[in-house]
Amino acid sequence: MTSGLLFALVGVALFALGLAGLVLIGDVLRRILAFNLMGSGAFLVLVGLAQRNGVPDAVPQAMVLTGIVVAVAATALALALARRLDAQREGALPEDEDG
Amino acid sequence: MKRLAVFCLACAFVVLTGGALIELGPAAIDLRGQVAAQLAASGVSHPVTAVLLNFRGYDTLLEVAVLLIALLAILAVTDKPPAAPVPAHPLLQAVARGATPAMILVAVYLLWAGAHRPGGAFQAGAVLAAAAVLLHLVGLLPGWGAPGLRLRLGLTAGFALFLALAAALLSQGALLQYPPAAAGTLILVIEAGLTVSLGLILAGLFLFLSRDEGGET
Repeated sequence: MTSGLLFALVGVALFALGLAGLVLIGDVLRRILAFNLMGSGAFLVLVGLAQRNGVPDAVPQAMVLTGIVVAVAATALALALARRLDAQREGALPEDEDG
Repeated sequence: MKRLAVFCLACAFVVLTGGALIELGPAAIDLRGQVAAQLAASGVSHPVTAVLLNFRGYDTLLEVAVLLIALLAILAVTDKPPAAPVPAHPLLQAVARGATPAMILVAVYLLWAGAHRPGGAFQAGAVLAAAAVLLHLVGLLPGWGAPGLRLRLGLTAGFALFLALAAALLSQGALLQYPPAAAGTLILVIEAGLTVSLGLILAGLFLFLSRDEGGET
């Protein structure tokens, strides 16, 4: 087994961990984290599989770099939405009028 | 019960997918060879940079557009004014002040190094954004409110420059097909614009979000 294949297998485990978290956890912030874990697993599978015979491949690496940046943007957007959701839930209670 | 079912399904997924990965045969297409064969014509000598900005420049162009759209969406859902910065310990502020010029230098180096070794616009932009976030966390840089004209220009400059060059080069036959003689210079110009804009966008993802901090009390 090469280290690339090991990376891919760890990536599969991370993906499954994130997916289980996404299904089981109710809290929005932790679901965003679980979703990120899924993404990291997918990236690890892409990069690991491409270099499973020892030589790195530039194309999946470049695509994963693109994916990481998009994942950062998606996470920030998810956090903004979660924050807005939180503020609206607080606003729905009458005693939090000044919040 | 639900936990057990999800746990079993996740384990089954790992075993089945892992088994498939171990049994996977060699790839049907060899992109590595194609990249190596065309590397000399790409204008840079590092294969990842060549793929990002030359062979698959279209992906990178759209990626920057995605970042801008995410930032616009964040601006649309946050409406509270920026919170007053809370100054940190003077020692932390001094360290952040000292680290910022070094981080800008590292960003410029990463941008330049991207042509021939790991580095490039995204890494350089991330370092610039980290410097801005550091300054914000020690209370030297306030969170951003509604962006003014200069900030808007800075946020969009990289994408606009990339798009303008892509449009100007359409006469070459395909989108983002650079003339080989000028490819290196064009990639550096695009990457320089992207570094500034990506630094601002990534910093903005944090600094625009931090502006409704006061809403939690």
